[in-house]
Amino acid sequence: MLPHYFNHLFVSGIDIYIADVLIILASISIVGVLTYFKKWKWLWREWLTTVDHKKIGIMYILAAFAMFFRGGMDGLMMRTQLAVPNNHFLGAQHYDEVFTTHGTIMILFMAMPMLIGLINVAMPLQIGARDVAFPYLNAISLWTFFFGALLFNLSFVIGGSPDAGWTSYAPLAGPTFSPGPGENYYLFGLNLAGLGTLASGINFLVTIIKMRAPGMTLMRMPMFVWSTLITSILIIFAFPVLTVALSLLSFDRLFGSHIFSMTHGGMPMMWVNLFWIWGHPEVYIVILPAFGILSEVIGTFSGKKLFGYSAMVGSLIAIAFLSFLVWVHHFFTMGAGATVNSFFGVSTMLIAIPTGVKIFNWIFTMYKGKVRFNTAMLWSLAFIPTFVIGGMTGVMLAVAPADYQYHNSYFLIAHFHYMLVGGTVFGVFSGLYYWWPKMFGMKLNETLGKWHFWLFMISFNLTFLPMYLLGLMGMTRRMYTYPPGLGWSHLNMLETVGAFGQGFAMMFMMVNIIWSIKNGERDLTGDAWDGRALEWATTSPAPEYNFAHIPMIYGRDAFWDRKYGKDKAKYTLKAKPYTPIHMPNNSGRPFLMAVAFFISFFGFVFEWWLVAGLGLLAVFFFMFSRSFETNTDHYISVEEIEHTESGGGRS
Amino acid sequence: MTTHSDVNAVNGTSITPGQPAHHDKFPWKHIIGYVLSLILTFAALGLVLSSALPVTVDIVTIVVLAIMQLLVQLLMFMHVTENHGSRTHVMTLLFAFFVAITIVAGSAWIMTFRSSVA
Repeated sequence: MLPHYFNHLFVSGIDIYIADVLIILASISIVGVLTYFKKWKWLWREWLTTVDHKKIGIMYILAAFAMFFRGGMDGLMMRTQLAVPNNHFLGAQHYDEVFTTHGTIMILFMAMPMLIGLINVAMPLQIGARDVAFPYLNAISLWTFFFGALLFNLSFVIGGSPDAGWTSYAPLAGPTFSPGPGENYYLFGLNLAGLGTLASGINFLVTIIKMRAPGMTLMRMPMFVWSTLITSILIIFAFPVLTVALSLLSFDRLFGSHIFSMTHGGMPMMWVNLFWIWGHPEVYIVILPAFGILSEVIGTFSGKKLFGYSAMVGSLIAIAFLSFLVWVHHFFTMGAGATVNSFFGVSTMLIAIPTGVKIFNWIFTMYKGKVRFNTAMLWSLAFIPTFVIGGMTGVMLAVAPADYQYHNSYFLIAHFHYMLVGGTVFGVFSGLYYWWPKMFGMKLNETLGKWHFWLFMISFNLTFLPMYLLGLMGMTRRMYTYPPGLGWSHLNMLETVGAFGQGFAMMFMMVNIIWSIKNGERDLTGDAWDGRALEWATTSPAPEYNFAHIPMIYGRDAFWDRKYGKDKAKYTLKAKPYTPIHMPNNSGRPFLMAVAFFISFFGFVFEWWLVAGLGLLAVFFFMFSRSFETNTDHYISVEEIEHTESGGGRS
Repeated sequence: MTTHSDVNAVNGTSITPGQPAHHDKFPWKHIIGYVLSLILTFAALGLVLSSALPVTVDIVTIVVLAIMQLLVQLLMFMHVTENHGSRTHVMTLLFAFFVAITIVAGSAWIMTFRSSVA
C-alpha cells in the first residue's frame, strides 16, 4: 500500500537539481567542519540545548538571515522573470511557486523571527531581568519556528512548493485546485512555526508584566519594551485565529471536509475572513517592534530623551485596538457591501492618526539634539520618509471605491513593500547595527555599514517606487509575463536593476559581519553608543545571568540617569556582596520535541499516517517526560560570579 | 519544585506570581477542569455527528457549550477568581472579550453578504 503522495516525492527542474546539489554540498561541509574542529559537543551544549534568551535571540536572527537569503533569491528570480516582456526564464507554475514562497518566507520566517530575535536579545536586558519568564518555553518557541521554517523550505526540493499565494485563498488552495503536497507544506509549516510564535507572545507578555526590575513602572519602560508588550498582546489574540484557519483548511485537504470549498455548504470567503483577522494584526506585529527599535535608536543618537513618551504609549495602544477592526480592507472587492466597506475603510484610515503621532515624536526627538549619524541612525532616519510614503498610499488604498482600482495591482505591492521593507526591514537593520555590540562584543564597521545603507536605500526606492506607477498603469500582481508595447518595459527593467542592487547591498553587510568578527572595534565598556536604557549597563556580551545585581530604577532612561542624571547618587551601587543566582538548566528536550513535530508534520504533508502518528507520539512523550522532571534549575555560585565580573571588562 | 518554578527561577525569590504555590496538594481543580473540557468538547462533536435536531437548535446548543467551556477554562485553569493583579486581569479580559466579539460578530456581519448574493 504505497501512499498516494509517494510519486510526488521528487521534484524535477534544473534549479531544483542545483538546489539539491547545493544542499548536499552545504550539509557535507557543515558536518565536515563540525567534525574536523570537534565542535559537535560545543554546538549541542552551548547552542542547541541553551535556554539563555540572548543565545536564543542570536539563533533566531541567524535563521532569519538564512530565510532572508532564500526569500531574497525568490525575489530576484521574480524580478529576472519580469525584467523584459515575453520572458520565459520561469514558467507560469514555477513563478506561482516562487511568489508564494517569497511572501510567506519574508513575512513569517524572516521579518517575525528577526524581530523576535532582537526582542529576545534586548528586551529582558532593558527591563533589568535575568531571563524571560519561561526560558524552557522560549527554547521550544525557537525550535518549533526553526523546524516549521525547515519544513516549509523542504517543499522546494521534496514534493513541490505551494503555489496559491502567501494568502493561500480557498478554494484555490483547496484539494480540488491545488492537488499535491505543496499546500500541505504551507499549512503545516506555518502551523508549527505559529505554535512557537504564540508561545513567544505569552512569554514576552509575562516577562514584561512580572519581571521588571524594582522601580520600573510601566510608564518607565523603554519604548522598545512597550512595543514588545503591545506586540505580544497582538500575537496572543491574533495567532489562535491563524492556527484555527490553517487547521480547518488542513481538514479540507486531508480529510475531505468542506469548510472552505465551493460545494457542499463550504464558504471560501470564510478563509479570507479568518486569514485577515490574523493577517492584519500580523502586519502590526511585524511593524510595532520596529517602531520600538526606532525610538531607542533615535533617542540614543540624538542624545535626548524620547519626545512625547506618553503619546507614544497611547498611540501604541490605539494601534493595538484598531488593528483588530480593519481586516476587511483586504477584501473590499469581495462583495461584502457598502456598509461593511465604509466601516472598515474609516477604521483603516484612523490608524494613520496614531502612526502620524509617532512620526512627529521621532522628528521632535531629534530637534535640537546632538544627532550622531551612525549607520544605525541612518537606517532609522530612512525609515521615516519611506514609511510616510507607504502610509499615505495605504490611506489611498483604504478608500473603498478607489480600492476597486488599486486592488491586486502593483500599486498595492508597492505600498506594502514600502511598509515592510521601508518599515520593518529598515528597523531591523537599525536594530542589528545598534545591538550588534551587545550581542557579540564588537561594533560593525561604519564605512561598510554606510555602503550597505546607501546602496540598499537607493536600490529599494528604485525597485518599489516604479511599482506605484506600474500599478496605476494597470499591471497586476502575480502576473508572470507581459507583452511589449504597454509602456511597462522600462519601469520593469528599472525595478529589476533595483532588486539586484538590494542583493548587492546585502553583500556589504555579509562582508561587514565577517570583517568585524576579526577586526571590528571591540566594545569593552558595555556601553557602545553612550546608551540610555539598561541593556548598556552590563558587559558586552552580557553574562549568562545578565546582571550580577538586579538594578534599581528611579526614572525613565535609567542608565542615562545613572551616568548623567541629577539623582545620580541614588543609582550608585553600593558594594553589596554577590549572592548565588538562580538560573534554569539547559535542556535538549525542546530541540528533540521540535524534531518530533517536524517528523510528524512531514508525515501529515504526505498523508503518511504512520509517520505522522509516531511523530506525535514522540511529541507527547517529550511533554510527558518534562512534567516529571524535577532537576530544572541550578545556582551560579558567588565565586563564579566574581570570576565572570572581574573578567568582564568592568571595574 | 513549585508549579511556578519557571517564573520564580530567574529573578530570585522576590517575585510571587499570582498566588502562593500549593504544590503538595493533588491538583483536583485541573483534573476536574480537564475532564469537564473533554465532556463539553465531545458533546459538541456528538451533536454535529449524530443530531437529528434542526440546525438552529444545534448551533445554539454548540454556542452554549462553548460558553460553558470558556467558563471552565477561566475558573479551573486561569484562576480568574483569585484577585492578585486583578487590574491587569480585568484589562486583559476586557480586551479578550472585545476581540472575541469583534471577530464573531464582525464575521457574521460580513458573511451576511451571502444572503444578498444567493
